[in-house]
Amino acid sequence: MTNRLSGPLEDVAGDAGHRDHPARVGFFTDTSVCIGCKACEVACKEWNAVPDDGFDLLGMSMDNSGMLGANTWRHVAFIEQARPLGAQQPGLDGLPTGPSGLPATDSAVARRLQGAPRGGSELGTSPLPDDAVPVDLGMPAFAADTGSRTDLRWLMASDVCKHCTHAGCLDVCPTGALFRTEFGTVVVQQDVCNGCGYCVSACPYGVIDRRPNDGRAQKCTLCYDRLGDGLEPACAKACPTQSIQFGPLDELRERADRRLAQLHGLGVGEARLYGRDPDDGVGGDGAFFLLLDEPEVYGLPPDPHVPTRDAPAMWRGAGAAAATFLLAGVAALWGTRR
Amino acid sequence: MGSNMAEAHPVGFQWVMEAKARGARVIHIDPRFTRTSALADSHVPIRAGTDIAFLGGVINYLLQNGQEFREYVTAYTNASFVVGEEFADTEDLDGLFSGYDPETASYDRRTWRFAGGAGEDPGDGSRYKEQSEALQSGSGGPSLSNVDGIERDPTLTHPRCVFQVLKRHYARYTPEMVERVCGTPRAQFLDVCQAWTANSGRERTGALVYSVGWTQHSVAAQYIRAGAIVQLLLGNIGRPGGGVYALRGHASIQGSTDIPTLFNLLPGYLPMPSAGVHPDLAAYLDDLRAECQKGFWYHADAYFVSLLKEYFGQHATAENDYGFGLLPAINGDHGTYRTVMDMIDGKVSGYFLVGQNPAVGSAHGKLQRLGMANLDWLVVRDLTMIESATFWKDGPEVETGEIVPETCRTEVFFFPAASHVEKEGTFTQTQRMLQWREKAVEPKGDQRSELSFFYHLGRKLKDRLAASADPRDEPVQKLAWDYAVDGDEPSAEDVLRRIGGVDLATGRDLSAYTELKADGSTACGCWIYCGVHADGVNQAARRKPHDEQGPYEKEWGWTWPANRRVLYNRASADLEGRPWSERKKLVWWDAGHGEWTGDDVPDFPPTLPPDHVPEPGACGADALRGDDPFIMQADGKGWLFAPNGLVDGPLPSHYEPHESPVRNALYGQQGNPTRKVYARKDNPANPAPPEAHADVFPYVLTAARLTEHHTAGGMSRQLPYLAELQPELTVEVSPELARERGLAHLGLAHVVTSRAAVEARVVVTDRMAPLRVEDRIVHQVWMPYHWGSSGLVRGDVVNDLFGVVVDPNVFIQESKVATCDVRSGPRPRGADLLRMLADLRARAGITPATGARVATAHDIVHTEAAGPEAP
Repeated sequence: MTNRLSGPLEDVAGDAGHRDHPARVGFFTDTSVCIGCKACEVACKEWNAVPDDGFDLLGMSMDNSGMLGANTWRHVAFIEQARPLGAQQPGLDGLPTGPSGLPATDSAVARRLQGAPRGGSELGTSPLPDDAVPVDLGMPAFAADTGSRTDLRWLMASDVCKHCTHAGCLDVCPTGALFRTEFGTVVVQQDVCNGCGYCVSACPYGVIDRRPNDGRAQKCTLCYDRLGDGLEPACAKACPTQSIQFGPLDELRERADRRLAQLHGLGVGEARLYGRDPDDGVGGDGAFFLLLDEPEVYGLPPDPHVPTRDAPAMWRGAGAAAATFLLAGVAALWGTRR
Repeated sequence: MGSNMAEAHPVGFQWVMEAKARGARVIHIDPRFTRTSALADSHVPIRAGTDIAFLGGVINYLLQNGQEFREYVTAYTNASFVVGEEFADTEDLDGLFSGYDPETASYDRRTWRFAGGAGEDPGDGSRYKEQSEALQSGSGGPSLSNVDGIERDPTLTHPRCVFQVLKRHYARYTPEMVERVCGTPRAQFLDVCQAWTANSGRERTGALVYSVGWTQHSVAAQYIRAGAIVQLLLGNIGRPGGGVYALRGHASIQGSTDIPTLFNLLPGYLPMPSAGVHPDLAAYLDDLRAECQKGFWYHADAYFVSLLKEYFGQHATAENDYGFGLLPAINGDHGTYRTVMDMIDGKVSGYFLVGQNPAVGSAHGKLQRLGMANLDWLVVRDLTMIESATFWKDGPEVETGEIVPETCRTEVFFFPAASHVEKEGTFTQTQRMLQWREKAVEPKGDQRSELSFFYHLGRKLKDRLAASADPRDEPVQKLAWDYAVDGDEPSAEDVLRRIGGVDLATGRDLSAYTELKADGSTACGCWIYCGVHADGVNQAARRKPHDEQGPYEKEWGWTWPANRRVLYNRASADLEGRPWSERKKLVWWDAGHGEWTGDDVPDFPPTLPPDHVPEPGACGADALRGDDPFIMQADGKGWLFAPNGLVDGPLPSHYEPHESPVRNALYGQQGNPTRKVYARKDNPANPAPPEAHADVFPYVLTAARLTEHHTAGGMSRQLPYLAELQPELTVEVSPELARERGLAHLGLAHVVTSRAAVEARVVVTDRMAPLRVEDRIVHQVWMPYHWGSSGLVRGDVVNDLFGVVVDPNVFIQESKVATCDVRSGPRPRGADLLRMLADLRARAGITPATGARVATAHDIVHTEAAGPEAP
C-alpha cells in the first residue's frame, strides 16, 4: 500500500479521488535565466485580482515585495553576493574598489526588520520603521580602504506556491476549503474558507497566508481557471525568458535534468534542483526550481517536510503514551481494588 | 553598450537569452552592473560619456592587428576613397578638424571632400547646424556627386585613403589610453576586442546593441557612427546576426521618426523646406540630392511629390509645384528645447502635449515647467493627470514661490486619451516592423484616440477657416482631409492605406516605393512605408505563426522598406554574389534565373548581376554597380569616413561630456566643439576642466530606467501593481562613495547640480563601483528618473538635475551624463533650496559663460542674451 502521508506518490489527483484526470502539471522555474523583470508578479495580480501589497522600499536589492503572502502569490527575490557565478566575469577586477558594501546594507535592512512589529513577516505589506543614521561600530564594512571587491553576482528568482505532493495546508484544512484539483494542484476555495489559519502554520514553505482585511487564506491557484480553459498560468505566459516554464510535471522534470547537466557542463557547478525529488519531505513539489545557491539564500527552507510525515511517528508516540496511561490507569484501579 | 536591454527591453531580451542558450557570448559594456550584466557572460565597466574612446580603441585594435574583413571593407565601404589634400585631422589640430569656425562653433565641410569628386557645395555650416540638417539627410544619406571621379586606391595604402586616415585618426586610442579615459581595465578591453573579432568574418557575425545610453549625449550621433565603423570594418552590416541595433525609447518611437514629430523632417526622412533657401520645388529637390546621384535617393522627387499629393490631393498640381508653397518652412532651430526657452521669453503662446510629460521626462524639468507656466494655453492629452497638466498647482516651483497658482497665466486643457488597448493602429518597432493592433475594448467616457483627436481638430479648423481670405490659412483650406470615417471615428486602416501609397488613376494600392512617380499620378504618405497596404491587404496585420513559414518570417507584420528584414543585405554575399559562407547565407545571386534570391527579400535591384557596371552617365538606381550594396548612399558604399552630412566631423573623436570631472586626455579640445550650449542664466552649467571649480561637483551622474516603471511615470506611477514594485526614488552609490559622503543604506540623501537638488533614498550597492581615470578615482552615481509630484508613489524629478546642451546633428539633449555632488540628509525646502543653489553656483563661480567656451583653444563665449536669472 502506498504511503499517503509522505514520500513519493505516483498519482496525486487519483489519490484525491479524481478519475480520468489530466496529467499532473506544475512549474519549473529556472532561476539561471530570470532577468528580474517581475512580469510574473504583475501578471499574477492582474489575472487573479490580487490587491497591491503596500508601497515600501525594502532596501533588499531590487526586491520590494519581500515575500510570498496573501497579497503576493509570485515573488521575485534579488540577491547580491560577493562571489562569482560560474565563468561569468563581473568586471570588477582591477577597479579601485574597496570591500563589499553587503555587510553594511544587510545590517541596515536587518535593523529595520528587527524593529518591525511582526519581526518582518509583514515584509512588503506595511511600512517598516525607518532607520536612523548608522552608527560606526567598527565593523569591517566601515573600515578604510582595505581589500577589494573582485567578484559579484546578482541572483534573481521567482518564488511561488510549491503545490506539494503532500500538501500540509490541505491536510490540516478543517473545512475542505483547500482541495486537490484534477491537475494535481492545490487550491483554496474562498467561499468555503473560514479563516481558521491552520494551513498557515502547516505550510513548510511559509507560502499560504491570511489576507489582513478578511482573514481568509490566499495563495497561488496555479491559475486553476486558466487551466480549465487550456491556458497556461498567467505568470508563465508573461515570463519573457522562459524562466517560468509550465507543463506536465514529468516533462518538466526531464527538462530540468537536461538544463542542470548543461549548466554543470558550462562550469556552473553550483546549480542544483530544488523540490524536484519525489523522495523529499513533501514528496516532491509541483512547482520546483533550479537554484544557483543554497535554498536558504533565496529564503527557501533547506529541508522542508510536510507535518503529516511525522503523523505516524506522532501517532505511535501518542498511542504509546495512551497505552501507558491506560496501563497506569488500570494499574491504579487495580491497586484501588486491592 | 549604452543599453540596459534586460531592464528597458525585457521582451526583446528573450532573444538575447535564446542566443546565449545557443552559445552566443553576451558582453555588457556599461557604467553600472545591471540586470543585463547579471545575465551577460561579461560585464565591462566604463565611465559614462566615454564610449567613443572605447570604440575608437576597438577600431585601432582592428587596424593595428589587421583584423578587418579586408575583402568586405575594400569592396563595400569607402575605405579606398582618397580624401582631399586640404583635409586636416584632429591629430593635426589638437581635437579639431579642418574648416572650424570658432565664431559660429561650426565647420565649413569643404575640406572634408574626396579627391577628384565634384566640387559640390556642402552648404553653410552654421545654417546646417542651426537647422539640424544632418538629421535631414535621413534615409538618403548626404549627397555626393561625380562619384566615379573620386580617386580610389583598392590596395588601401595611399596615405590619404580613408583606410589610412582612419588608422592615423585612431592611432593614439590604445588600450592604455582606453584605460586612462574610460577607466576600463586594459585586460577587459582587450578581451572585448578579441571576442568581437573572433565572432566576425566569413563564418561568424556579431551584433551591436545600443539604446538611449548612446543617443543622449552631446556627441551622440558620433557614438553610433563609431559603432557602425567597427561593424563595417568587421563585415557585420547587411549580414544575418550582424548589425547595429537601435533599441528605441518606447513603443513605436521608430514609427515617430519614420513619420516624424520633429520640426525639421517630413515623413520618410525627407527634409522640411528651409525659408529663403528653397523658394520652389526645383530648388528644394536640387538641394536634396546631387545631380545625377547614384542610388535610390536620386528618386526622392517621386517620394516627395507623392507626399504632397497625399497632403493636398487635388490642390497639388504640376502648375503649383504640387503645393510645395503650402508647406511650412523652417528658418532656424525650432527644436523642443529652443521652443521651451522661447516660451520663457514670451515668444510662444500655445503648446500641445500628446503622450509626453516634459515636466518630468525632459532634461531641465524646471525650465520645462517655467516655460509651460508662461503660455496662453496648453493642451495635454494623456491617460492620467500627469505633472505637465498639474505643474501650476503642485510642481516644485509652487513650494519655492516661483509659480503662484493664482497668477499662473497658462490655461490648461486636459483631454483624456484612449490607451493602446482602446484604439487600433500600428506600432513600428526597432526592426522597422509595423505590427497592427486591434482595439480590445472601447474607450471609456471622453477618452479618444489621437487619430480621432487630430482628425476632428483638423476638420474643425478647416470649417472655421473655410471662408478665410487670409493667405496664411490656405494650407489648411487646401489640405485633403478625406479619410474614411466610421461613425465618429476615422478609420485607422484607411490612414495606413494612404500612408502605404495609392495609384491615383486606378485607386490601386501600391506595392513598393519603386512604383512612386514624380508626375502627380501617385500619392503616398510615407515613401518608406509604400507597400504596407499592397493588394488591398493590411500587410501589417499578418500573423502567420513562425513554424508555418520560412526562417525570416516574412508573413509576420511588415517591415519597411519592401518587407526586408535585413537592410543592405546584398552585403551578405561576396562580390560574385555568393554567400560569404554557408553558415551565414542570407541572399545570393541565382545565375540560372538571373536574379537575387534567398531567405530575405533582397535589398537590391532584383535582376542586377553582381558584376554589373553601369553605362556612363546613368543616374539613380541605374547607376548602381553590382557590388554597391548600400543602395541609398550616393556612392553605394558603407561610409567609414563621412565627407558630408555630419556637423561635428567626418570621423568620431572622443570629446568629454559638457560636464565632466576630468580633462580630455586625447586632445586639447575638451568637449564637442560644435555642441549647442544654450548658455543662459536659467540654464547654468557645472564647470568642467580646464575651467576652475569643477571639484564642486566631483561625481559623474547618470540616469536611466527601471523595468518596473515607464519613462516619466504617467503609465506606471498610477498603477498599484507597478508602483509597489519600485515605490520610492533611490540613488545608487558604491560603498566607497557612501563612506566618502557618510551615506547610509536606505537613509535620505540629496543629489545636487547647479540646476537643482533632488532628494532620494540611498541604495548602497556593489553594483556601483568607482573607476580609476588618469590618476584619480571617479565615482559614478545613478538615479532612475520616473518620479514626479503626482501618482500613487511620488518623488523629486531627477531630470531637474540636468541642464540643456545638445548634440548639433540631431538636437538630442545630454541627459545621460552630468556632474553632481551627493549630500547626506533631506534637501532644503522652499526659499532655503533657492539659497543653497545660489550659494553652490557662487562657490563654483558659475555664470552663463560657464561651459560656453565651446572651443577650448579659442576664448569665444557662446552665450545668449535672453533668459532670466536662474532662481
